[in-house]
Amino acid sequence: MNNQPGDGYISYLDYQGKHRGILSWLLSTDHKRIGLMYLYAVIIFFFVAAFLGLAMRIEKMAPGPDIMDAQTYNGIFTIHGVIMVFIIVIPGISAIFGNFFLPIMIGARDVAFPKLNLFSWYLYITGAVLGVLSQFAGDGPPDTGWTFYVPYSAESATNVIYALTAAFILGFSSILTGLNFIVTIHRMRAPGMTWFRMPLFPWSLYATAWIQVLATPIVGITLLMVIAERTLNIGFFDPALGGDPLLFQHLFWIYSHPAVYIMILPAMGIVTEIFPTFSQKPVFGYGAIVISSIAIAAVGYFVWGHHMFTSGMSYWSRWFFSFLTFIVAIPSAIKVFNWVSTMYGGAIDLKPPLLYAISFIFLFMIGGFTGLALGSLATNVHLHDTDFVVAHFHYIIFGGMGFAFFAGIHYWYPKIYGRMYSNRIANIAWGILFAGFNLLYFPLFIIGIQGMPRRYFDYLPQFTTGQVISSIGAFILISGLILMTANLIYHRKRGAIAPANPWKGVTLEWLIPSPPPHENFVEIPEIKHKPYLFAKTEPKE
Amino acid sequence: MSKSDTHISRYRELALVLLALLFLTLLSVLITELHFGALSVFVALTVASVKVFIVLLYFMHLKFESLLLRLLVGMVFVLYGLIIIVTFIDYFFR
Repeated sequence: MNNQPGDGYISYLDYQGKHRGILSWLLSTDHKRIGLMYLYAVIIFFFVAAFLGLAMRIEKMAPGPDIMDAQTYNGIFTIHGVIMVFIIVIPGISAIFGNFFLPIMIGARDVAFPKLNLFSWYLYITGAVLGVLSQFAGDGPPDTGWTFYVPYSAESATNVIYALTAAFILGFSSILTGLNFIVTIHRMRAPGMTWFRMPLFPWSLYATAWIQVLATPIVGITLLMVIAERTLNIGFFDPALGGDPLLFQHLFWIYSHPAVYIMILPAMGIVTEIFPTFSQKPVFGYGAIVISSIAIAAVGYFVWGHHMFTSGMSYWSRWFFSFLTFIVAIPSAIKVFNWVSTMYGGAIDLKPPLLYAISFIFLFMIGGFTGLALGSLATNVHLHDTDFVVAHFHYIIFGGMGFAFFAGIHYWYPKIYGRMYSNRIANIAWGILFAGFNLLYFPLFIIGIQGMPRRYFDYLPQFTTGQVISSIGAFILISGLILMTANLIYHRKRGAIAPANPWKGVTLEWLIPSPPPHENFVEIPEIKHKPYLFAKTEPKE
Repeated sequence: MSKSDTHISRYRELALVLLALLFLTLLSVLITELHFGALSVFVALTVASVKVFIVLLYFMHLKFESLLLRLLVGMVFVLYGLIIIVTFIDYFFR
């Protein structure tokens, strides 16, 4: 196999197809360019939502109204949630790194349906823009929270329909991406790449894609039902019209809990790539990681009711959902043991990707353990709808998915752009981010246990200390985010030229030039052994 | 990886499937006249389900695909069945 740059090497960044300039991106069906278009969109929306989050923290620096009134606060936490959940964390890793690296890692030239892939991006942008427009058009920003619970979402006079339609369209984008990945993995693996010779990031994308395809239509139709209830007065959820408000919560969480796994499974996939590379050691328990990914995806479907313990749901349902919530912790814990064991005895190289990956484990475990407190019926009654839930959720999603995303961008940046960033600045940014993150969210556990309700724009004086510490953490976190992003943007064109394999990785993306050529491979590689075989490892069949 | 052989359906086969679907559509209209009482929805859904399976098997080529793909599609039905059952556990015991 010869996939080193030859005379005819043109990177995907320089490749000129039918179109020139911006159109060569907007009309490109190259999976790598589409992945980058998702990346840029996600970064823009992420900073919008992060600054909205900062505005909330500024408001909470002192009791009483400071910089906004209660209704504005309701609108801001709603759009913060809608953008972060539907526009950033659900599509984030799959659409960006999945699009860019899935075909390369399985030895394919592109995804199975390149045009559908581009169409997914346009759907995504349409939904994202509509979500932001909901803040400015019509009757004022939606104030329902990102969960759109009825009966309030059926009655609120604000722009709920805009936000619902935005989430509906974003859902379609997610379904099409998932479908594309499933077909790509089934049909386009390189010769010799059997299922159990496939790297673990594609495995995590595969488990995720099934959730995207199977669970998203449920929330899609549910959101349409709320629109129908608002516009046509059909009684799906309103008891006065013969509906059942708990039915909405069931339908919403049948999607939205598995959606947490849409967010976290690819994140687990990223760190599973990073630990072997920066330990120069095969991943510990390949089979266990594959099976635990599938187990998380499968069991994760049946824990949605743990969001509804205080809703008046039946006793047997609460029992059932609580039990399964504890069960789903097992495959997650298996992964943690595997990651730690992968590092054990390895030649650890503490570069920025590994720093982020290790902090992923730390933060994800805090999020996971506090999740068990919430999954337990008795403690849930006390903690439900408090800031404890906000802290738990952010430890899982930001500490988990967010830090894994940062790990991924630092890991694959040299491959994507063919340049190196500054390790020193990346390390400093990581330190600021890690400190700011914990300062921002950890106090919320404490004031949550003390009884601070979530989604309140004001609070009693006894919560002031925790709120102020948390707000200081928000400023530190934002500073870290800006420094990290500036480092990556600055070195995009000015960084040292990256070699093909700066981290001594062994999966297929490291065997091709940085940045990759237009169709990835000069010759499609033939796979003859399992992944993650480093220099000292004997090949096994 | 192995590629499954592509099955090309004959026009006669597809025409028969079309006729079966049209007949079942007619049947689902006619049974609304028969007043099955509490079973009306059940009967209508049964006919609709048969149509779904015919489309899956013949128009979507599931009949000619590998066992793995058939199992994956079967898994989808099992999943939705379980989701409905779990939801109804709450509804019936609330």
